Amino acid sequence: MKLNRRQFFIGASGALAFASTPYLLKGAGIASEKPIRVANILDKTGILNIYSLKQIQATAMAVDEINSTGGLLGRPVELFFYDSQSDGQYNSKYVTEALVKDSVNVIHGGITSSSREVMRPIVSRFKGLLFYNSLYEGGVCDRRHVSTGMVPAQQLEPLMDYVISELGHKKCYILAADYNYGHITSKWMQKFVRERGGEDLAVEFFPLDVNNFQPALSRIQSAKPDIVLSALVGGAHIAFYRQFESTIGKDKIALASGTYGVGLEHTQLSAKEGNGIIIATSFFDDLNTDEANAFVKRFKEYTGDKSYVGEYAEYGERGIKIWAESVRQAGNASPEACIEALSKGTVSINGAGGVYTVDGKTNHTTMDIHIVTGHNQRFNVVKSFKQRPPRDTQMVCDLHQNPDDSTQYEPEV
Amino acid sequence: MEPIINYLFQIGFSFSIFILISLGLAVIFGMMRIINLAQGEFLMLGAYFCTICTQSGINLWLSIIIAALAVGICGIIIERLLIQWLYGRILDTLLATWGLSLLLVGAITTIFGPQTESIASPLGNVALGELLIPIYGIFMIATSLVLLLLLYLLWRHTRFGLIVRSTMQNSGAASTLGINQNLVYMLTFGFGCMLTGFAGAILVPIVGAYPTLGLVYIAKSFVTVISGGSLPLLGTISASSLFGTIDGVIATISTSVIGEIVVLFVAIILLRMLPLGITGRMTKGV
Amino acid sequence: MIFSNVNINNLGQMPKYSWWIFVTGLGLFFAIIPYFIELFVILEMSRFFGMALLALSMGFLWGYGGMLSFGQTAFFGVGGYSYSVLALNTGETTGALFFAVTAGMFIAAALGYFMIYGRISNIYFSVITLVFTLILEKGIRSTSGDQYVIGKVRLKGQNGIPNVPQLEVPWKAGIQLDINWFFYTGAISVLCVYVGLRLLLASPFGRVLVGIRENENRAELLGYDVRKYKFLAFTICGGIAGLGGALYAISIPLAHPEMFSLGRAADVVMWVLIGGKTSLIGPVSGVFAIEYFKGWLGTQGVGQVTLVLGAVLIIFVLVFQAGLIPTITCLPGVWRERALIIKNIKKYLFFIKTAMIQINKIDKFVTFFIKNK
Repeated sequence: MKLNRRQFFIGASGALAFASTPYLLKGAGIASEKPIRVANILDKTGILNIYSLKQIQATAMAVDEINSTGGLLGRPVELFFYDSQSDGQYNSKYVTEALVKDSVNVIHGGITSSSREVMRPIVSRFKGLLFYNSLYEGGVCDRRHVSTGMVPAQQLEPLMDYVISELGHKKCYILAADYNYGHITSKWMQKFVRERGGEDLAVEFFPLDVNNFQPALSRIQSAKPDIVLSALVGGAHIAFYRQFESTIGKDKIALASGTYGVGLEHTQLSAKEGNGIIIATSFFDDLNTDEANAFVKRFKEYTGDKSYVGEYAEYGERGIKIWAESVRQAGNASPEACIEALSKGTVSINGAGGVYTVDGKTNHTTMDIHIVTGHNQRFNVVKSFKQRPPRDTQMVCDLHQNPDDSTQYEPEV
Repeated sequence: MEPIINYLFQIGFSFSIFILISLGLAVIFGMMRIINLAQGEFLMLGAYFCTICTQSGINLWLSIIIAALAVGICGIIIERLLIQWLYGRILDTLLATWGLSLLLVGAITTIFGPQTESIASPLGNVALGELLIPIYGIFMIATSLVLLLLLYLLWRHTRFGLIVRSTMQNSGAASTLGINQNLVYMLTFGFGCMLTGFAGAILVPIVGAYPTLGLVYIAKSFVTVISGGSLPLLGTISASSLFGTIDGVIATISTSVIGEIVVLFVAIILLRMLPLGITGRMTKGV
Repeated sequence: MIFSNVNINNLGQMPKYSWWIFVTGLGLFFAIIPYFIELFVILEMSRFFGMALLALSMGFLWGYGGMLSFGQTAFFGVGGYSYSVLALNTGETTGALFFAVTAGMFIAAALGYFMIYGRISNIYFSVITLVFTLILEKGIRSTSGDQYVIGKVRLKGQNGIPNVPQLEVPWKAGIQLDINWFFYTGAISVLCVYVGLRLLLASPFGRVLVGIRENENRAELLGYDVRKYKFLAFTICGGIAGLGGALYAISIPLAHPEMFSLGRAADVVMWVLIGGKTSLIGPVSGVFAIEYFKGWLGTQGVGQVTLVLGAVLIIFVLVFQAGLIPTITCLPGVWRERALIIKNIKKYLFFIKTAMIQINKIDKFVTFFIKNK
């Protein structure tokens, strides 16, 4: 049975909807209980699926592991997968389907900020709970939304500290993807750069299907920055790193990124093209802690895929584990009970990348952050920060005071 | 001096992309009158073939040639299976090739997975004063010029060119002169596909290969060929130089998106003034 | 090609009694069905109604006007966006719905003037409408910045405008239609447009339009202003697509640049082609069939959705020219023509066989070459 599952994944087929195997449930003695339903809405196909594929597998793995160790509150967990095909309209369709037709207890999903913003109003309308397992631009203040990924104050602030204060790259040139993630992230970049006495020479935005960066590279050359900061997203944008290396080269102008690596870009580029890119991350394969190594090993065994695992796969497991912990603390799997448990601020797990604690006031997650540089298609750690809180969102959001808030706050530059 | 060289390079680079992506379509749509919406997918196939060859250890330049030939063969197979039923039914070819385009995207995603496959950019860069220019970009400009020259020689000075042009102009008359028109159509379609596959293989070191790669270029290449008008070679050259200049200059001044939008608008206005395209009224030449 | 000689002609006459009974029956069916199906199906069907309007507009233009307009998605998107922007700005929804129709018609009129009065040939007409919708898509996608604001609504580019307001009861401001009533709104719109187009076809205008489709030069020589008729048909269909876009945007509730996209344009072609463009009910049933099929594929894990759709499209172009509904209604005729059809199929199979033999030869040659290397 396990082999079938594995072939299923390798076959890169369209979408899947499955419960854990009957064998697994019987082994744990919970097959007869009414299952708790989990929806996972991610892009298995389309331009954005480089971020989702491993997360889909990791989510399934985490659910299987819960089931094989006795389930949740003595009930099995049933996973529904929906392929949102990198198209916001399918996010809208499937989030409705999950909540109304399949009446799931929780939704895990969404990679881009666009997909999250599409799903959030519908989740509120039908009173569900959304776990958004992805790094994003911060500021979403909504009790039905839980962010388990990095936000700018966790990721970009230490990155800017390192780049400007330690490396002395003061003049920055910012490139970002042309949608809300890129726009808000570039504002945070500008803000952090200016606060540290740096200078932001220009900000440029690229639609997700642009793959010719020659004009931008010529503008970068005439602006003469010390460093280029990238918040580029998706398969087509990988071309930037390649064209940057063949036109300018990182020995002339340094390159740092908030998004490099999460789409496994480093495995697609040659060693020379990826070496020396500076990024900040909460998980990478060479973290070299017991938990991280165990996770990488389990994941590779589960999928039969020996390639680099990466941060977004870990997010998938992290999201399910945090949600499961909130269900255990609430003693009830309903969305309202989970939200209540999360708001106490006591939901905390020991995951693959260290301790993750959900902040009850903002529904965002405190975690460890590492500055790393690309090296031979892997990453070398430069510096680590323990337990950074999501400070940017904490400054503007307090769900204890305003439980009805559903705004996304944006920074002022 | 450097800004001028920079502009020249950007224009030339943009020109070469327009030329590469539209030459194949100029043969298939301009000469054969087949609206091939799967053209982008042939380009994508070229990119994949080139990537596979390079990854299995074949030299990049050889891989490009192999990829072009392989796409040509694919084109011939597809012509036999699908296109040959649709000659003269121009709207049906459009719909059928649209289906083909979806099918190929789906098939490639199933086989290779959706992620970007890529090969390292060769050749590095060259410094002109403080300006750095990728040598591969210069190679692309040179290639597109050489390709144009070769095509000119092929159409004008070979027997194959003569037969193809005569069949496309009047297939009835050509067949009474003893030309096997089925064969000519098949080979011409394959040749057009080969040119497109070549474009994909040339582009792969800078953009990578992914299943939806064709979508990026399909609108651009159609606009170029339609604006170019009835003469496949001269039309493509003139439209590509016009759009290449606009795109190169505007993309360098503002952003590449605005460059593309301006190109599309210029094309619509151009077609309002010259409904048959730039070379629409010319009857001689290629 | 197999069914290309099958012709269906029910035009030019006023509809018969049986047709009116059919329409009334359909209306009654929609009136009671929400009480028998689950909530999710109601939501899905409300979504399909917007698409059905888009399909009707395309089917009418293509099947009866002979104009293959890929740009219908442009008016669909414009309708969705103009409804969202106006409704979010003013809080008034009924007016915004009418505004969406007007906006669709206006844009269609502008583009139609350009193309139809410029006497652009049919092929360029198709390609230019396609390019037009792609330009709009690119334009909308690049409005993520906070400088792109209409009134107090941000266009939000790639994101689309979420939280599109639900329709309100026209005579009671501030009270939203519930899910059932929105379903009825969609059903009534589709029925009204369907009946309206059918009656239009029976009118002199419709007959002239079909005459133009059959032979444009002849119609022109008979003294009809061909351009005027085509232009009016194009404008009306722009309005219908605009209405469809607004209803669609309310139903999901999101106005999204994907409404303009190539994929959506391909969907419309599939609906009309597979449903059949020689009747008006065909495109509508095409929407329900294809969208249900796609939703089902998306949760079945049967492989790439596009792969299946592409194959289906090719088969329909090659084999079921007329589309599903006309094909079903003319099966007796098919039976009479069976000899011809079987001959065609045999011919096709033969070509596949010869092609396979050629491929085998090439394969042998290549293996031989590799072995001796």
